[in-house]
Amino acid sequence: MAAEAGEVRLIGAWPSPFVLRPRVALNLKGVEYEFLQEKFGEKSELLLRSNPVYKKIPVLLHHDKSVCESMIIVEYVDGAWANSGHAILPADPYERALHRFWAFYIDDKWFPSMFGIAKAETEEAKAESAEQAWAGLKLLEEAFEKLSKGKAFFGGDIIGYVDIALGAYLGWAKVIEQMTGLKLLDEEKTPLLAIWAERFCAHEAVKEVTPETEKLMEFAKMHFGK
Amino acid sequence: MDQSSSLKFLGSWADSHTHRVRLALKLKGLVFEYQEEDSVNPSPALLLHNPIYKKVPALLHDGRPVVESLVILQYIDETWTDDPIMHADPFERAIVRFWCHFADDKLGPAVGLVFSSAGEGQKAAVDQVHENLKLLERELRDGAFKGRRFFGGDNIGLLDIVLGCGSYWLAVFEEVMEVKLVDPDTFPLFHAWLRDFEEQKEVKETIPPIDKLLEHARGIRQMMLSLSTDTTTATTIGAPATGSTTSNNDAAVEEIGLLQESLVL
Repeated sequence: MAAEAGEVRLIGAWPSPFVLRPRVALNLKGVEYEFLQEKFGEKSELLLRSNPVYKKIPVLLHHDKSVCESMIIVEYVDGAWANSGHAILPADPYERALHRFWAFYIDDKWFPSMFGIAKAETEEAKAESAEQAWAGLKLLEEAFEKLSKGKAFFGGDIIGYVDIALGAYLGWAKVIEQMTGLKLLDEEKTPLLAIWAERFCAHEAVKEVTPETEKLMEFAKMHFGK
Repeated sequence: MDQSSSLKFLGSWADSHTHRVRLALKLKGLVFEYQEEDSVNPSPALLLHNPIYKKVPALLHDGRPVVESLVILQYIDETWTDDPIMHADPFERAIVRFWCHFADDKLGPAVGLVFSSAGEGQKAAVDQVHENLKLLERELRDGAFKGRRFFGGDNIGLLDIVLGCGSYWLAVFEEVMEVKLVDPDTFPLFHAWLRDFEEQKEVKETIPPIDKLLEHARGIRQMMLSLSTDTTTATTIGAPATGSTTSNNDAAVEEIGLLQESLVL
């Protein structure tokens, strides 16, 4: 059931991978929402009021209550609109535990290694971060094999929790690939994930909210001077 | 409670994340086998079941491993559905998850930093802890948890377990470091909640005696101080092996790092 306009609002910014996550979740559930774009470098009153602890995007506003932290928002959307679309987390408690674990790992270990490639000041540091990122992707490749059970996504036939967690970073992964000449999602190293990445980005719930790589590159150059 | 499956749980006696899992298992009335792990020397079983993080706690349910304490707690709640530790309401769950994240992301590390630093660095860490406790106090007074006995309502819930198993370090560090962390006048609701929590039967059966925790903390602090004589300008003593140290100290520093991690709230 689509929400009335104004009932659901998402505070975010188009380049943020963390903001992408709830957008995909809301799209999967067919929820209409108002997207409140924050200005880069400035935090709105509404943001500061809605997320006083971290003052960060994304923040979901639903019935004037605020939900913060991207994967917490995803899980909230899954629960609040349980009767719409597909379940984002699987029903089985053990599979849920696996999805939650891998989403944690992705943010806790994998993202820093990917980001480390971009931040690296020497070729050595860059190579080291790249090795860590590839090693992480190898683990995720195995996880994909186990969780997908031969289907298209970590969630099986449908986009699930881990798909959203990892998929959100693909836009920036492409930017890093272009900036460094390194291939992160390499068909030779992680063939299943390379295919999954294309599939995820092409999905209708993802396509319209994924920024173009050129736009992200421009944004990176403008704001991070790289 | 009918339990036809087997539960084994790998933990360390002084580790707060281990206590979280033990408390949850007790609250659910579950029977389990426990294996004590040395945080510095993980057993082959731990390396097998938690190859990525190589840390406790790890829960084995009919041989299948679940790791990461928050993942384990939710797994326990969703598998054994009597006496729930999470509300059914999605917004309530989101609020609880948010503050659990806060506990692990902000409060815990700030408390850990009080322990591992000295001088100006420690003063800053103590201020951080106070700032974080203020946020919780406000939530108890005017926010999401207003009027509740426990964060979970009338009964202990997920957030009580997460905050409670580790808050005893506040008292321990207050004594070992001679700093004031939880002033009952500044944080009356948090203080009252903590005392109530610690009085609960299952909690008393889970948390080790305070004198053992004191002894443990003092031991680690001593090790850190004896290493810091070479790095007198460092405000973080005995930083984990990623910091720069002489090669002689690397093993000792790594050990302290692992021990310190096990103390994080």
